Amino acid sequence: MIDVRHVYKTFRTPHEVHALVDVTAKIDPGEVVVVIGPSGSGKSTFLRCLNQLEVADSGHIWIDGTDIMNPKADINKIRAEVGMVFQSFNLFPHKTVLENVTLAQIVVRKRTKAQAVEKAMALLEKVGIKEKAGGYPDQLSGGQQQRVAIARALAMDPKIMLFDEPTSALDPEMIGEVLEVMKTLAREGMTMVVVTHEMGFAREVADRVIFMDEGAIVEEGTPEHFFKNPIHDRTKLFLSQIL
Amino acid sequence: MGLMGSSPSIKTPKPTAYYLWVGVFFLIIFGLASALYYATLKIDYVWRWYRIPQYFIYLDHVEIISQIQGTVEAMTPKEDQILVEVREGDEAETYAVPKDGLRVEEGDFIYPGDVLGSYSKWRVGILMKGLWLTLKVSVIAILFGVIIGLFAGLARISKNPAAKWLAITYIELIRGSPLLVQIFIWYFVLGTLINTIMGQQGISQVRPLWFGVAALASFAGAYVAEIVRAGIQSIHRGQTEASRSLGMTYVQSMIHVILPQALRRILPPLAGQFISLIKDSSLLGIIAIRELSKATREVVTTSLQPFELWFLCALLYLFLTFTLSMLLQYLERRHLVT
Repeated sequence: MIDVRHVYKTFRTPHEVHALVDVTAKIDPGEVVVVIGPSGSGKSTFLRCLNQLEVADSGHIWIDGTDIMNPKADINKIRAEVGMVFQSFNLFPHKTVLENVTLAQIVVRKRTKAQAVEKAMALLEKVGIKEKAGGYPDQLSGGQQQRVAIARALAMDPKIMLFDEPTSALDPEMIGEVLEVMKTLAREGMTMVVVTHEMGFAREVADRVIFMDEGAIVEEGTPEHFFKNPIHDRTKLFLSQIL
Repeated sequence: MGLMGSSPSIKTPKPTAYYLWVGVFFLIIFGLASALYYATLKIDYVWRWYRIPQYFIYLDHVEIISQIQGTVEAMTPKEDQILVEVREGDEAETYAVPKDGLRVEEGDFIYPGDVLGSYSKWRVGILMKGLWLTLKVSVIAILFGVIIGLFAGLARISKNPAAKWLAITYIELIRGSPLLVQIFIWYFVLGTLINTIMGQQGISQVRPLWFGVAALASFAGAYVAEIVRAGIQSIHRGQTEASRSLGMTYVQSMIHVILPQALRRILPPLAGQFISLIKDSSLLGIIAIRELSKATREVVTTSLQPFELWFLCALLYLFLTFTLSMLLQYLERRHLVT
């Protein structure tokens, strides 16, 4: 489903940072992969390269059979198939909750308004926030906003969902409700790549855990392997710091 | 209970010193006005405010004059007019004269230039026309200025070097040179070129008014472009990322997500730009566009009442800018509530 080969990415401003160094990874359909690592390890950059919010310097990234590093690839078409959830929600503040979820369906998927609303209401019900459909994002709590953001991404019927630290900006008591939605999604067989610090989630839901440090993949394996018998010293150090 | 104003109906009484300074304010205003009035008396200036309304609207007396010599042959009533036929031999003319103002009878002998009748008619004065023209020129220039500014602003933040550098060149040229010079260039350089070439092709000439509008619109456009750029850049990058990650194109993301949010932040500085534009339109008088300032200058030369007229002119501009400012404030409030 996702095939990443020898990807490099260097940020030159404000100063040179090697964000991704020879990253190679493969993610199968229906797989839930959790990416962990210290801040600045390149895990968010890795995720953002998967839908070209960041353009990698070199290497190849195949998404559902299309090489998105090929300049001729229709990136908008690919992005519509890859949903993304951000740390800071990024809901559209000038639109209602319902409009947030219907906008891209109408504009990108060319659905009629009635179809889009029907789909949106079903998804809002799924994430448990149907009664807020008429409200504006700033009237919602952080956890509610993030659930709307998930519904907004799901409305496009994506084949892959990317989560970029979805619970990092939330108050502790709201983290659970967002993780609950993500777990449901994982159980339904969605292909997911999740950058997170929630080790409980990784342990419970992940099929595979990838540990990144200084732009490179240091170690990867099942949660079982990862939390019980890590091999590399850096992995051990990181786990000892956060657990 | 406390001093913190728990109930909105209880106002803290203002200290006496406050009212004292309010008094000082009115005293200074009154003092300045009196000093000015006293100075005008010293130079024997006679204020004649009563002469001013005629430049807005006046009753015009129109006389119907015979162009030929002859006898009034026939008088045929038609509705509330009478058709007067003047004839001598084969030569005949018919004039329509209102019943009330008729001054001739059948059989009268008429010389060329004799008055057959007269009537009165309300006409719009030169200042009113000037005010209207100022408003018209400003509104058209604002509309085009916003359109130019929107595209120039988008080009300014584009990654395409052609678009970006074109926008920068345009903005810097316009903002770095005086509007007066730009008006001259539009009228005397571009105007001459366009009208001469069009004349050679047998196409009718473009009126000075449109060169004036073009100068104002291109001038305002450069400033609007910077306002638009700042407005768009003030929207958080996450908004673009969220919309693009849903598969929207750059244009779709701009139209549905970025511009509606930027518009709210753009509106207040845009209002200031509109007000500047109305005031700047007073420069168009130099290329023979009879807007409010030019109209005032013309009336001053004929009426010799410069004091009244120039004060009035300033007040009329104030009226336009104040009305616009109120209108935009209303829009802003309504926009921010929804």
